[in-house]
Amino acid sequence: MEYELVCGLETHVELATKTKIFCSCTTEFGGEPNTHCCPVCIGLPGTLPKLNQSVVEFAVMAGLATDCAISPISKMDRKNYVYPDLPKAYQISQYDRPLCKNGYVELSDGRKIRLTRIHIEEDAGKLVHQRGNTLVDYNRSGVPLIEIVSEPDIRSIEEAVEYVEKLQMIMRYIGVSDCRMQEGSLRCDVNISVRPKGSEKLGTRTEIKNMNSISHMMKAMEYERDRQIDLLESGESVLQETRRYNEGTGCTEGMRGKEDAHDYRYFRDPDLVTIRVTSDTVAKLKAQMPEDPQTRLKRFESEYGLPEDDARMLIEHRRIADYFEKASAGIKNTRAVANCITGPIFARLGSEAAKDDFKVNVSPENLNALIKLLDSGKIRMNLVKSTLEKMLDTGKSASEFLNEKDLAGIDAETLQKICKQAVQDNPNAVKDYRNGKTKALKAVLGAVMKATRGRANPLETEAILSEIMKKAD
Amino acid sequence: MGKYGKIAQIHNQLISGKISCVELTKAYLNAIEQNNEALNAYVKITPDTALETAKRVDAKIASGGELAPLEGIPMTLKDNISTKDIETTCCSKMLKGYVPIYDATVWKLLKQQNAVLLGKTNMDEFAMGSTCENSCFGGAKNPHDLGRVAGGSSGGVASAVGGNLAVYGLGSDTGGSIREPASFCGIVGFKPTYGSVSRYGLIAFASSFDQIGPITQSVEDAALIYDTIAQYDPMDSTNSGKKGPVTAQLNKDIRGLKIGIAPEYFDNIQSDVGDTVKKALDVFRSLGAEIVEFNMPSLKYCLPVYYILACAEASSNLGRYDGIRYGYQTAHYSDRDEMVCKTRSEGFGPEVKRRILLGTYVLSAGYYDAYYKKAQNLRGMLVKAFDDAFLQCDLILSPTVPRTALPLNYSADDPVENYQTDICTVPVNIAGLPGISVPCGAGNDGMPVGMQLIGPKFSEATLLNAANQYELASRESCFQAVKMGVE
Repeated sequence: MEYELVCGLETHVELATKTKIFCSCTTEFGGEPNTHCCPVCIGLPGTLPKLNQSVVEFAVMAGLATDCAISPISKMDRKNYVYPDLPKAYQISQYDRPLCKNGYVELSDGRKIRLTRIHIEEDAGKLVHQRGNTLVDYNRSGVPLIEIVSEPDIRSIEEAVEYVEKLQMIMRYIGVSDCRMQEGSLRCDVNISVRPKGSEKLGTRTEIKNMNSISHMMKAMEYERDRQIDLLESGESVLQETRRYNEGTGCTEGMRGKEDAHDYRYFRDPDLVTIRVTSDTVAKLKAQMPEDPQTRLKRFESEYGLPEDDARMLIEHRRIADYFEKASAGIKNTRAVANCITGPIFARLGSEAAKDDFKVNVSPENLNALIKLLDSGKIRMNLVKSTLEKMLDTGKSASEFLNEKDLAGIDAETLQKICKQAVQDNPNAVKDYRNGKTKALKAVLGAVMKATRGRANPLETEAILSEIMKKAD
Repeated sequence: MGKYGKIAQIHNQLISGKISCVELTKAYLNAIEQNNEALNAYVKITPDTALETAKRVDAKIASGGELAPLEGIPMTLKDNISTKDIETTCCSKMLKGYVPIYDATVWKLLKQQNAVLLGKTNMDEFAMGSTCENSCFGGAKNPHDLGRVAGGSSGGVASAVGGNLAVYGLGSDTGGSIREPASFCGIVGFKPTYGSVSRYGLIAFASSFDQIGPITQSVEDAALIYDTIAQYDPMDSTNSGKKGPVTAQLNKDIRGLKIGIAPEYFDNIQSDVGDTVKKALDVFRSLGAEIVEFNMPSLKYCLPVYYILACAEASSNLGRYDGIRYGYQTAHYSDRDEMVCKTRSEGFGPEVKRRILLGTYVLSAGYYDAYYKKAQNLRGMLVKAFDDAFLQCDLILSPTVPRTALPLNYSADDPVENYQTDICTVPVNIAGLPGISVPCGAGNDGMPVGMQLIGPKFSEATLLNAANQYELASRESCFQAVKMGVE
């Protein structure tokens, strides 16, 4: 029998606010254990939480970017459970009145994965196992998270991956999170079931907890799908349970069944007041939101005349797209700007994370100044590229590397002279050329470019060279 | 009244040099040394910091500095108010040895005024109880009769202030924990409007009910302290501070003030107590106030509503005591789960355990709707009932406690019977209202009886003025003075 995968994701995204959700401790990643802590985030007796307004704003932006309805009134609830990384023995989260509801994420084939809700909550600390001891680091305790819950609309592993990547892109784009799975700023719980293809009825699902990389998620889903299909094929049934993925074996393992499910005893946190998001606030945040990636892609194609592939590379990370727009101000040859970014600059940014950070030695203003020289015909593209490399090496502006001679261009007489010399220096190429190998001209052209340090106009030079080479004797 | 009188009078004696702050402080420390063994009011005495502060105040006076109203006044704090570098135990084995690394906001405010902290006072464990006998240090005794309890949960503060071992103290009131012991000990206990005094640093029992307030020997003193501690605090989201200073409003004519009386408040009240409280009506009439009768049938729901909601919140608030980070930890265990389990079994007393279990139960899946949710709905209804009542009157008068102070070790077999003590005090906490207990006479046993005045939210000025007018008109008619402490 052919089976269909049905999957819904709960995605935890760490918000990029400067301070924690209920106190003013830094959210910075890393740091010596228990140094980003205060009485509030380690839950000392008598302390009270105070909701960070930026957390609400970031979450509303996440909601707006995924077409959610923003709740004008919501509240914080306590989720009670005992674990050493949870210093109050409850997590402050949102239960029945989440901040955002009923959104969606659109996949490339146009399919919409519906979002049930997005709510805000605090992260817990981290257990560190060391030489037989277990220690707790509360640096992460109280770091703000949003949990994005999707409907079971995902039908394949590929769709799950695209969904997560799309979420990553959206959240990075609007600046609410850097979504780095390896640093734990994006984690997924995967709800997964299988059913005979064509069936409308949902199968019994299992939940795989805490996926911290796309590749683990893919392997875990693949394993779990096959495991469930095998069970059904052999006449057994799938048990509703929570499972974990074992990276070592590549298998999922049962953690707890339905009957052992936690009773979290949710109730409204009496220490926090009602969260009110006015339509004015929503309008203000909407106005602040950057253009969404899809619209920007279209605009890059039409406004800057970029091919779709180039535009796509530029819009994927907001900082890059912003950089491109700044560097392109008043530029005619915007494709050159794009090529500088996707060429020499990308070459220096290894990972996706580095692209997202986009820490580049050359300011968009400096790149802009360089391309203006190209626009005005003062220099040629190859000189642009070599100068850009030097700028990237040093962080200095173009004027540091281009002397007056470079910018002066080359007068016709001098170019004529240099071309003649080049022809003389390359008798073999000339011979080949005359024998019909027109490509041989390129070698001579190269020599001229080298001699002029790229200042010569290649078309002009080619014309001069072919003339000389044809009649030279 | 203590030897040096009300706070304002002590203040004047300090500025005029009639007594130095060190002398004053020593007088109280000596009294504590002599009487605390009998009263068991203090669980921790802090003579060094007290004298240090006193010296600072004397130096300030000597250099001509201006004293704040509470500057140099010897006082105490209930042991659930966090004090940096001073052990704060909630009188629970669970928190023995716990030394906070930060100050509660109220203590921060008082410290800025050089309040002289004599020590931390006794209470029912985690503020759960009405006798102070649920303390891991044993209960505080009643200064009027050492064979009786001081009341609870702020029994230590009431015992200390009533026994002249402190000029005033701060307690906390979740269901009557300030007003009830004040009533038992013949002094003033004031629970301010929920949200007017910061809870930051008050070790939580039930967050939506808890409120810090003063226990004093006069209404005037209570007003003075309220003015100092009721400040807006950004650390407490439920806090908005006071609506305006009240001390300046204490001497207003109360002619035409409508005092409401509901018969339901006098159900199940010991008759001598009820009669004594009703005598106060004559005093109010003589002051020109108008007595208005009204009915409040919903009052009978208060006790169950309170115990369901307060226990639910407590079960969550007390979850953090697991022996991992601070406080008590069991000596022998084989794994983490056993450690947490044994720590909690050994660290908490029986009443705290009972309430955690009750609270856990009412929040559990399958019971939530029948208990917690229903109680929440009823809470809304009770808030409305008070709103309606205050359309008919300005203040409500009732007994504070159905009886006078209980004898020591008097504990009913049925815990619900013990909870009945709170029947007149919990409604105020349910609705977040301000309530004050003022001594109004003695019962047949000669023990103090307190009456309770209740006002709408943030009506402190009207409430304290009426209480003060009553106190000034009735003081002589009260019970016998305590012969103990700095008297």
